[in-house]
Order: sequence, then structure tokens, then C-alpha cells
Amino acid sequence: MISYGQHQFPGKLFIVEGTDGSGKSTQLALLHQWLKAEGYPVFFSEWNSSPLVKDTTKRAKKRHLFTPASFSLLHATDFADRTERDIIPPLKAGAIVLADRYIYTAFARDVARGCDRTWVRDVYSFAVRPTVAFFFRAPLDVAIDRIVSGRPNLKYYEAGMDLGWSDEPEESFTIFQGKILEEYDRMVSEFGLTVIDATRSIERQQREMRLLISQHLNKKKRGKSH
Amino acid sequence: MIVIEGTDGVGRSTHIELLRTWLESRGHAVLDTGMTRSILAGRGIKEAKKGHTLGRLTMQLFYATDFIDRLENEMLPALRAGFVVLTDRYIYSAMARAEVRGIDSAWIRSIYSMALVPDALFYLRISSPQQLVQRVVSSGRGFDYWESGMDLGLGEDFHDSFIEYQRRMLKVFDRMSSEFDFQVFNASRSVRSVAADLRRAVTKLLDESPATEDNVSPFQVAV
Repeated sequence: MISYGQHQFPGKLFIVEGTDGSGKSTQLALLHQWLKAEGYPVFFSEWNSSPLVKDTTKRAKKRHLFTPASFSLLHATDFADRTERDIIPPLKAGAIVLADRYIYTAFARDVARGCDRTWVRDVYSFAVRPTVAFFFRAPLDVAIDRIVSGRPNLKYYEAGMDLGWSDEPEESFTIFQGKILEEYDRMVSEFGLTVIDATRSIERQQREMRLLISQHLNKKKRGKSH
Repeated sequence: MIVIEGTDGVGRSTHIELLRTWLESRGHAVLDTGMTRSILAGRGIKEAKKGHTLGRLTMQLFYATDFIDRLENEMLPALRAGFVVLTDRYIYSAMARAEVRGIDSAWIRSIYSMALVPDALFYLRISSPQQLVQRVVSSGRGFDYWESGMDLGLGEDFHDSFIEYQRRMLKVFDRMSSEFDFQVFNASRSVRSVAADLRRAVTKLLDESPATEDNVSPFQVAV
């Protein structure tokens, strides 16, 4: 098993992270369009999307079966499946892999849920280290406002209702997101995350991303589709 | 908490059933559990094993999810309520399977560091894979894809692959046996004599750590 930071692949892995409502998915979609238009082979992989694990997660969320540890391990199972299937093979083939959320989401959420920080990092040590990991940082009130105004009903686990901090979904969500943001902030230096100020205009954030990414792209490897 | 470990075909489920009946007849409440029986992940694992896309790392983590769900929602509550927990396989089988598949043992061990140390760890040992084959054949259920390690491409057919896979599993178990202090039972003997030895070992365990008020079910106290 090859550990984090030790993989050597011809492909590149760019990932986006951030609290809910930070705008990271929008930015990744724009990046995807641009890379495709430039002619690069691009593969997109999304958090929590393994076909092997999906039904189990869905059922567990619906029936509130999770504890913090089982929530963590089932998400790690999902991530392992995507690593073995969607991330490593395209990277070996020299493609660009874009991931919406990565292991840092698990580190932030699981630790906020009370899992041991070292244990969670050990569980995910098989992950490939991203070429660039973008962290879209928005102040807590901005992020919460974006989510709550866009969605009238917060989901049970999303709001951290399993942790019993508050019976009010909105209050529970606020406490939970605050803890998550704290975890993200301490990971910036630990994992060398690239911080993007998510309060700036969409265009400006995108320009910043493209500038950074183009330094990692090998122009000669461009595909023929362009 | 009593763990019964052993490779496929050594008779673990037979002995768990015998121990359970015997313990209950002596007035002990028993919970028995085993791999892939969790409410959370049992079904998902069985589905995943039917297909051909289950990767090695994914498999280990799916099993770990199944384990933690049973530990937190079945085993620990039962122990707190004063039950005897009998478990058909434990983290040792999970770690052995991972190791045989070339997975970093430090990684798999760190995952299972959240497990509870059992009060007794009985290892049913059969030293030759050929003997295990005999049992698989005579059981009538035939060879299983995963029990034969077919995902590893070790042999020309199920028989050859089974032999090689179980040989490797036995080797890992033997190594763990000294590391984790397994109580080894020679399982190539008759069911009756293995069962008698197991009962003796359980009696000894229960005499050494009799139920105290602390680990007796509140319901029993109330009644």
C-alpha cells in the first residue's frame, strides 16, 4: 500500500474543499469547463458517490444508524472505492482528476463529531496527495447564510443533529459548522492547503485558480480534442 | 467477551452454537455476533461481494464499518447489560485477510485500534489446508469465491486457490497467535472433544471474573 505523499503519477489531482455554501462546487465546475476546452483529459469525482456504498449510506442516513465512528468509516469506504476506481487509474493514465471534497472534509467533519484526529488521518493514509488542494474560506456567518437561505430544511447529519448539541437544526448547524471551520483552519498549514477567499467575486476566484493550476500543467501533454 | 477465531471450515459456527446453548442452560444471557451481520453495513458488504468491482482497500474499510457498528450497537450494550458476548471472528480475521492481500499491516491495525480487548481469545486451529478442503467439500456448500481467495489469482481453480489462500491465512494466524496470545485449540479432533475443551476454558473464565453488581443488567436487578 502506498501512503499519502508517496504516489508518483503522470496525472494531476486538483481538489476543492470548504464549508457548505462556500461556492467550491461552482468554482470546480468552471475549472472543469476550462480544462476540457483546453483539450485536457479530465475526470471528475465527487465526495460520497461510490456506487458500492451509496445504498448503505442512504439507508443509514434515513434511519439515523450512524455513530461518529461508523459515519467516519463508511465515508472512508466510499472514498477508498473512488480512490481505487476513479482517482488512481486516471492519474496513472496521465489525466487530470478533479475532486469535489477530499479527505480534508472527513478530517474536519469527523473530528468535529468527536473522532480522534490522529485515528482519522491514519484511516485515510492511503489517499493520493493532491497536486493542489484549494480551500474556499468564507466567514462562518456568510457560509451559514448561504446555506440556510437556499435550503429551508437542513438534513439531520448535515446539521450535526446526531451530536445532541441543540434540538434546533439551525442552531446545531451553526455550532457544527463553527467546529468544522476551526478544523479546516488548522489544516491549512498541516496539509499546505491553498486558501481562496470565498467572499470575492466568482470571476476573481476563478482567475486565481486558473493561474495557479496552469503552473502545474504540461502544455505538451495536451490532448487532440482541441 | 469471548472471541472464536479460525480459518474457514474449522467449525467456528458449530462451536459457537454449542457454547451458546450450554451457557444459556447455565443461566447466562448470550449475544452472538459475527462478521457482516451489522444492521448498518451487512447488506452492503454482501451486495458488494456479489459483484466484481470490490477493491482491496474498499473491502477492508467496509468490514471495519461493519465491525464498529456491531461493537457500538450490539457488543458494548450487551456487555454493559451483563451478557456473555460470543463473537464468530473478530479483528484478527479482518487483519489476517488484509495482510494476505498485501495491505500495510500498520494501517489496518491502526483502524482496528478502536476495538475492545476480549476477555478470552480462542483460536480453533487446523494446521493443513488439505483438511479444511475436506470439510468444505463434505459440508455440501462448495467453494466460496472469497474463502478461496479467488480475487488474488493464486491458483488455476477454486481448489488450488483455496489451498494456497488458506495456507497463507494459517501462516498469518500462527504469527498472530503468539503476538496476541491466542488460546489455541486443536480443531482437527472430534467436535465433542473440542467442545469439551472450550467449555472448560469458558468455565475457568467465568469463575475468574464472576458477574458483579456493576455488570449485571439493571433489569435483572429491578426484578
